[in-house]
Amino acid sequence: MTIDFVVYAIFAVAMLLVGLHLALFLLYFERKGSALIHDRVGANRAAIFGLGKRLGMPNLGIVNTLLADPVKMFTKEDFVPDGADKFLHALAPFIALFPVLVTFAVIPFGDTIDIAGRTYQLQAANLNVAVLYVLATIGVGVYGVALGGWASNNRWSLLGGIRASAQMISYEIALGLAIISMVMTYGTLDLQEVVRMQGGTWLGVIPRWGILIQPLAFVLLLTAGVAESKRVPFDLPESESELILGYFTEYSGGKQATFMLTDLAEQALVAMLLVTFFLGGWQLPYLYRGGFVLPGGFQIAVGGLAVSILGIIAFLVKTVAVCGFLGLVRWTLPRFRYDQLMRLGWKGLVPLGLLNVVVTAYLVVAFGSAK
Amino acid sequence: MPAWLFIFFGALAIVAAFGVIVQRNPVHCLLSLVLTLLVIAVLFIAEGAVVVGFLQAIIYAGAIMVIFLFVVWLLNIPGTPAPGGQLAPKFIGAIAASALGSMLFAFFSEPEAAVRAGAMAADYGSISSLARVLFADYLIAFEVTSVLLLAAMVGAVALARPPKNLDAKRDAEEPRRDEAAAG
Amino acid sequence: MISLNYMMLLSGALFSIGVAGVLLRRNVLVMFMSIELMLNAVNLAFVSLGNRLGTMDAQVIVFFVMTVAAAEAAVGLAIIISIFRNRESVNVDDFTLLKW
Repeated sequence: MTIDFVVYAIFAVAMLLVGLHLALFLLYFERKGSALIHDRVGANRAAIFGLGKRLGMPNLGIVNTLLADPVKMFTKEDFVPDGADKFLHALAPFIALFPVLVTFAVIPFGDTIDIAGRTYQLQAANLNVAVLYVLATIGVGVYGVALGGWASNNRWSLLGGIRASAQMISYEIALGLAIISMVMTYGTLDLQEVVRMQGGTWLGVIPRWGILIQPLAFVLLLTAGVAESKRVPFDLPESESELILGYFTEYSGGKQATFMLTDLAEQALVAMLLVTFFLGGWQLPYLYRGGFVLPGGFQIAVGGLAVSILGIIAFLVKTVAVCGFLGLVRWTLPRFRYDQLMRLGWKGLVPLGLLNVVVTAYLVVAFGSAK
Repeated sequence: MPAWLFIFFGALAIVAAFGVIVQRNPVHCLLSLVLTLLVIAVLFIAEGAVVVGFLQAIIYAGAIMVIFLFVVWLLNIPGTPAPGGQLAPKFIGAIAASALGSMLFAFFSEPEAAVRAGAMAADYGSISSLARVLFADYLIAFEVTSVLLLAAMVGAVALARPPKNLDAKRDAEEPRRDEAAAG
Repeated sequence: MISLNYMMLLSGALFSIGVAGVLLRRNVLVMFMSIELMLNAVNLAFVSLGNRLGTMDAQVIVFFVMTVAAAEAAVGLAIIISIFRNRESVNVDDFTLLKW
């Protein structure tokens, strides 16, 4: 009993740290990756004892992004605007951040691991209704944004907050429809089972990843996920060139850092969901419990622990790749106008999602689900 | 669910419910209500209704309360003096609510008489058993509910739209202003 | 396993608090929220009774109550908005046109 608790606590802390570090990687991508994409230098002024310059890599921006930026954000003065609701002003960032961090617990990051003779699923919380949990936390995440906008006693923040929450609940529907078609395809709400079913190959060569079964759902989840996390091209609520910072204009210091962390962590979460549903999760192609079975029948035996570790590494590599892709999208596309955004959500994604659900239902009845 | 955990959640639910009816600012009342709903969702899950508990969090706390929040924002006029109201209806109301509360307390304190009809199904509360009952025994109610939701959506949009003569009023005022500026 | 009595007592307490809210508050939005509180108290009673009897029918009823509550909330709030447009007030004591 105790060892159960300790093991799962370690998994939970590990997933939390992975999520936060992914958010940090995305922050680095925001500064230096965007510089690379835009063919400019980016931030390169901060250096500690010449650390940036002396190591011979002044343009890597490690000190700038990973040290100076967070330190700056956390040491700024923390104020509450006049006439604002003090309690809600302080509470809103945490209501925004909590659901995102808590969702990292149900993402499976590996197969199983044997500790002290017992088998543990490499997932911090082994829920059999994990998909519903994800939808619930995404639903609760709207409140932080809404309250952040309202509690600032600033009508422009309120406008940003209303727009942000309207955008989030509109794209929640498209997100839900994409997830529903995946649930129908795999016949289970358990995320570990969904990843397990993506093992194996067709014709011995092509891995059975979800993206090959449901490409439309992949596009839907990608778009709706990016819109949920309010990243460009859907970042009108916090449009940095128009509304200053939109719903978190009146925040500074640690609370602003929390809101930015929410954005980045939610993007990491969307990347993890995409990897879990569509890109095979922790499945490395041709890797099974006993070892590799390469096309052509060539087999390499690999031990149990090594298989689990390879799974974890595969998951991390895939997540970082998808995060990089999302960052690429962020720095390439211009942002949507609000009515274009709403039109895309309601008139574009929702009918496509419904069509996908209907076609999936027909195919599942005709050919049986992937079970 | 261990007893201490239930006492914690029960006390939290009651305190949050009091928060709903006592606080001045409607936004604070709404947040207390969201807290109550989430605690009730946890209690659902503890009673074995896992899917319904999560649906409560998704639908009730995640969607319906956001509608409420939007409307509360729209109608929250700052600076309105806190309405006192007449004392007589409040007095009678307090007595009525206390009477109802004590009646329910007396009623539910009696020893339980409900008996489980046989052993509990292994997949009680899972989504497959819910779907089985919902789509087999209650199919007509399900379909009628979907029509009800459609009707509610259409009705809500029709009721909440700005009235048609608003634009006509504005157009009527415009030419007069232009004439005043020109003449 | 929590005794049924305690669950029903909690449900009854929440319901009475909801009734008190409807009767004592004058802000129409808070009255509406108290109604939602009453609905949730009843949902809790249904779920605990369903758990006691081992039947899934209770959860189906809760499902339908939630759906109907969503529809009712949407329409009710739309009505409140249109009344507000006419009266510029959310105090229930101002809607006295039908009083004799």
